Amino acid sequence: MDAALLPGVGMVKTVVDAAAVAATVVDPEIPVLTISDLGILRDVSQDEGSVVVTITPTYSGCPAMRQIEDDIVSVLRGAGFDDVSVKTSHNPSWTTDWINDEGRRKLAEFGIAPPTGEHEILCPRCEASEPRIVARFGSTACKALMACSSCGEPFDYFKQF
Amino acid sequence: MTLVSRAPQGTPPPDPGDKFTMLLAHADDNMVLSQRLGELISNAPELEIDIAVGNISLDHLGVARALYTYAGEVEGEGHSEDQLAMFRNERDFTNLLLVEQPNGDFAHTIVRQFLFDAYQAELWSDLAHSDDEQLAGMAARAAKENAYHLRFSAGWLVRLGDGTYESHHRAQLALDELWQYTAELFEGNEYREAWESAVGSTLSEATLDVPDDPYQRTGGRSGFHTEHLGLLLAEMQWMQRSYPGLEW
Repeated sequence: MDAALLPGVGMVKTVVDAAAVAATVVDPEIPVLTISDLGILRDVSQDEGSVVVTITPTYSGCPAMRQIEDDIVSVLRGAGFDDVSVKTSHNPSWTTDWINDEGRRKLAEFGIAPPTGEHEILCPRCEASEPRIVARFGSTACKALMACSSCGEPFDYFKQF
Repeated sequence: MTLVSRAPQGTPPPDPGDKFTMLLAHADDNMVLSQRLGELISNAPELEIDIAVGNISLDHLGVARALYTYAGEVEGEGHSEDQLAMFRNERDFTNLLLVEQPNGDFAHTIVRQFLFDAYQAELWSDLAHSDDEQLAGMAARAAKENAYHLRFSAGWLVRLGDGTYESHHRAQLALDELWQYTAELFEGNEYREAWESAVGSTLSEATLDVPDDPYQRTGGRSGFHTEHLGLLLAEMQWMQRSYPGLEW
């Protein structure tokens, strides 16, 4: 978190609140993950009473991004911030490396194998390795469909991106 | 640019060095191909392909939206992504002729996708190093998505080409027909050599012959299209033309 967002007095304190509120918005497709866990939330700043939230979109084809923008505005309005705008930052582009450890743990608990990078993909139920790829394109832009070669259960894998 | 204009005869072609023109051309490519692939949703040969094609279509749509939005900012006349996509006429679209070609049979869909994916692989890796940070970021993201698209289209092309007599025959027919739209991919860039090498190796794996017919059609980047684009736009733009400004 930027130094400017740390707890302080006056205006700075208000910015902290806005950032904390914005960080509670969840991904509508994977409601266990917040936009903070996903690394989408890049910055929250306040300028003369208006809050500007900067997010970086995930996949081009992700229809959840628009919903997330609407949810950010609505949750901040609910917290008393009337003038809220959401800016999109395209550079650097989002990568699954930005998903934090908390997010990875929540994904696995939710039954979705988190992106693994160089490591093996493990079945989120029995943790067996070497699952079979059923379909590279799954139920949403971010997921592929796998099947465990040990317990046989199908599961979603959050694609490394 | 005035939206809903009809470019008069003799209008000079758009200047490809102009950033707005360049962004619009790539946005149009992705918008038109997205619409074509969207036609297949619920009509693909099997469920997994249906889902894959739907996902790929959405990726192209997302790329088009980001590029149209940015093009609107660069132009500075307050045009939104929707206005640029829905209120320009056929003559103002500068997409490649390849992407507006009809879906045809599955072999046509796959060959069109493969030739375009191989082109965009070069395009995005080039633009990812652009001095324009915003465009470079979009390109870096699109490059990763394109790798998924290319694996899908190249995989199916090999399966069709190196498959049965029937699937091989249809894949070769599609390739022979669509090849005439490939010279246009390389107008104003230096992607041809890398593209030919990548395409050649997949075609060889697919046991398909590189067409040797020298006839090539161009004109998309100047707004001169095949008859198919007008029909596509009529369907795509109908809602906004009938109810301008309509929102969800």
